[in-house]
Amino acid sequence: MRVNGVPNVRTCIAPLKNDIKVETQGKFADLPDARFKSNPKETVDVDILVVGAGPAGLCASIEATNHGATVILVDENLRVGGQLIKQTHKFFGSKHEKAGTRGIQIAKDLENEVKELEKKGRITLMLDSTVIGYYERDGQKHKFGVIKRDDYESTLYEVNCKAVIFACGAMENMLLFPGNDLPGVYGAGAVQTLMNVYGVKPGKKVIMVGAGNVGLIVSYQLLQAGIQVDRVVEAAPIIGGYHVHAAKLRRCSVPIYTSHSIKEVYGDEKVEGAVIVKLNENWQPVKGSEEKVDCDTVCLAVGLTPSTRLLSQVGVEMEFVPEAEGYVALHNDSMQTTVKGVYVAGDSSGIEEASTAMIEGKITGVSAALLLGYDKKAKALKKQYIMELERLRDGPFGEKPRVAKNKIKKLLEKKHA
Amino acid sequence: MPNYEKTGVLSKKDLKLPSKKQLERGVAVIECVQGIPCNPCVDSCPVNAISMKDINALPIADYDKCTGCGKCIGICPGLAIFLIKIKDNRALITLQYEFLPIPEVGSKVKALDREGNVVDNAIVKRVVKKGKTMVITVEASEDLAMDIRNIRVNS
Repeated sequence: MRVNGVPNVRTCIAPLKNDIKVETQGKFADLPDARFKSNPKETVDVDILVVGAGPAGLCASIEATNHGATVILVDENLRVGGQLIKQTHKFFGSKHEKAGTRGIQIAKDLENEVKELEKKGRITLMLDSTVIGYYERDGQKHKFGVIKRDDYESTLYEVNCKAVIFACGAMENMLLFPGNDLPGVYGAGAVQTLMNVYGVKPGKKVIMVGAGNVGLIVSYQLLQAGIQVDRVVEAAPIIGGYHVHAAKLRRCSVPIYTSHSIKEVYGDEKVEGAVIVKLNENWQPVKGSEEKVDCDTVCLAVGLTPSTRLLSQVGVEMEFVPEAEGYVALHNDSMQTTVKGVYVAGDSSGIEEASTAMIEGKITGVSAALLLGYDKKAKALKKQYIMELERLRDGPFGEKPRVAKNKIKKLLEKKHA
Repeated sequence: MPNYEKTGVLSKKDLKLPSKKQLERGVAVIECVQGIPCNPCVDSCPVNAISMKDINALPIADYDKCTGCGKCIGICPGLAIFLIKIKDNRALITLQYEFLPIPEVGSKVKALDREGNVVDNAIVKRVVKKGKTMVITVEASEDLAMDIRNIRVNS
């Protein structure tokens, strides 16, 4: 879309302002290099660049700053918090991990901490901004290009840092079926953003695909928003998410169909219904089990893939680890990748959840600060964080990330033996 | 494989049921059957009636130690603890409720079981606001004390 004549604006996330002119644009727009050239490009030097202001990036920035480092924190959204700003449910864990606190409250607490540090000039917050690429490595110096949007125009910054922490989160997975491009088919994250951030109901009657924690939690939030959830379908023979989340839905009379999936979505211009089908023990559709269900919304909660494109561009060693849900950067206990000073934390290091993402963030923050020579005493603290992380992963639901992290560690050892 | 992994619904066989005597005093029934890393219920109990080997273990309620104070009800992030009491041949069920509208004390609501079936009409006896969470006590038929786990407010 074109806004005020500026092409390639992502209007779905750009702020709405009075008297703006929004137009659809042809497929190709002019290369905006003339505007970049006329804008003064600023060069900024900083100790640590943190990419992504979700739970991992926020904790990384706060931790690194507390140990004396200077930080630039970049996020493409207008607000910090990442996925936390939509998590209206109470978090699990212990007192230490703010158990019993709702995700939205944790986001506010972390935001306040970052804003305090910003006032003191310790953190520079670049919101509505995107790290567009990696340009140069010179010894301990890394050069990145960052675009900051303002009034739909972009300004290019050159950021030089001694360490970088990638906390870029993850992308939602899509599912292949006829009609999946019809308006009304959403990812669970989009539904949460509409409901819990913008206060907009995505539809009236929803079919949820996926009974992992995301599918179960978003279904419950849909009910809280006064939207009917017809059913949850799950291809696996068992519910993947926590029983307590499933129980909350069931006692609100929402059925969960395990060994069921979506075959197709039908409708003229928008979703009018879906065909649900039973799966046999080989996950193949059972002929004759098709059921047509009227609905106006199909919500997909079928997993996430780590966002790692910038990491690939930096040139760190990547491997496909199924338990991490995709290609991930090999990293050690300090969350450092195979390039010195380049760290990774949270879902972009392997899909997990917010509590562990926050601890991973803290580990990267303290590790990067140590690498740069700040606060030698912080070593003990780093050890403590690593132990906390192991403790959280010790149960049955921690098995998958545990396996993922062990594989990553082994691959790293093998390559550098 | 336990059936609740398929259905999301616990049966009484999955739970440690309190005795009649314990129910008359009022006890916290914990419907948390999976080892998830979580322990605020343990910290909330003033008489150490809830124990856990480690953070990934299952919480175990000692019905003899439990005084039925209800502190753990509003704490549980999984909304999985219910205070159950039998008084004057009626069941008093205390649960977390996270929907609008918030029912008024004295009003009638539908009592739902673990599958969301309406099994009784209940009377709202108490509404306590704990942050954004409502902890609500309803009164219903005695024999449904271990079945009623949700309410629906008539709108």
